Amino acid sequence: MSVVPTIRVQEAGFDLTAETAALSAGRVDVGGVASFVGLCRADDGLQALVLEHYPGMTERAIARIVEQACQRWPLTGCTVIHRVGRILPGEGIVLVLAASRHRVAALEACAFLIDWLKTGAPFWKREEFAGGGERWVAARAEDEARAQGWDGGSGAAG
Amino acid sequence: MKILYFAWLRQRAGVGEESVSPPPEVVDVGGLMRWLATRSPGHASAFADPAQVRMAVNQDFCGPDHPVHPGDEVAFFPPVTGG
Repeated sequence: MSVVPTIRVQEAGFDLTAETAALSAGRVDVGGVASFVGLCRADDGLQALVLEHYPGMTERAIARIVEQACQRWPLTGCTVIHRVGRILPGEGIVLVLAASRHRVAALEACAFLIDWLKTGAPFWKREEFAGGGERWVAARAEDEARAQGWDGGSGAAG
Repeated sequence: MKILYFAWLRQRAGVGEESVSPPPEVVDVGGLMRWLATRSPGHASAFADPAQVRMAVNQDFCGPDHPVHPGDEVAFFPPVTGG
């Protein structure tokens, strides 16, 4: 059975419990759901993160990464929700869920998805600090290396 | 040709989106970048460090050798930092 993933780019927050429940609602073949929730930290007096994206391309890039995960692991469901706009410390930024009959596929697919989301989907983070300072977050070489570590699996590049 | 700028490239160029008609000698994204850099001091600043510029043609990531044609949507942005 082919997976119908849930992919959303939205300003609003997300509900981990509700999204997790949705992946097994009405079915008894799901053995596990792996999740990753990325949160906004208050490093260096950060007051907010402001996330920008490329409407249209961002959704397509995420869909392509999800498609790669579905080809690579026998998933029963998959959810990616990425927030944009202004996000405060402690709030969620991104939610990744991967469901499968068995844990290994779910856990590996979840890690693959977040590694590729970091380097292969067009989002940009700007940090706002107390006192009005701001700076754009720089890409990290180790994030790129982690994504490439999945055999260059997604074919995307950021 | 529709040009989009994101993140600090948008701030430096002073524009998020513009419509341009480059001369016929502009055949690829790298050439387009060099031509756009001559449009204003802000554009020059946006493209001052090409190693920090990533690009997409018609919403697919590409490199500077990718061809461009009238009607294309070409985007310039820094390395992505989502997740």
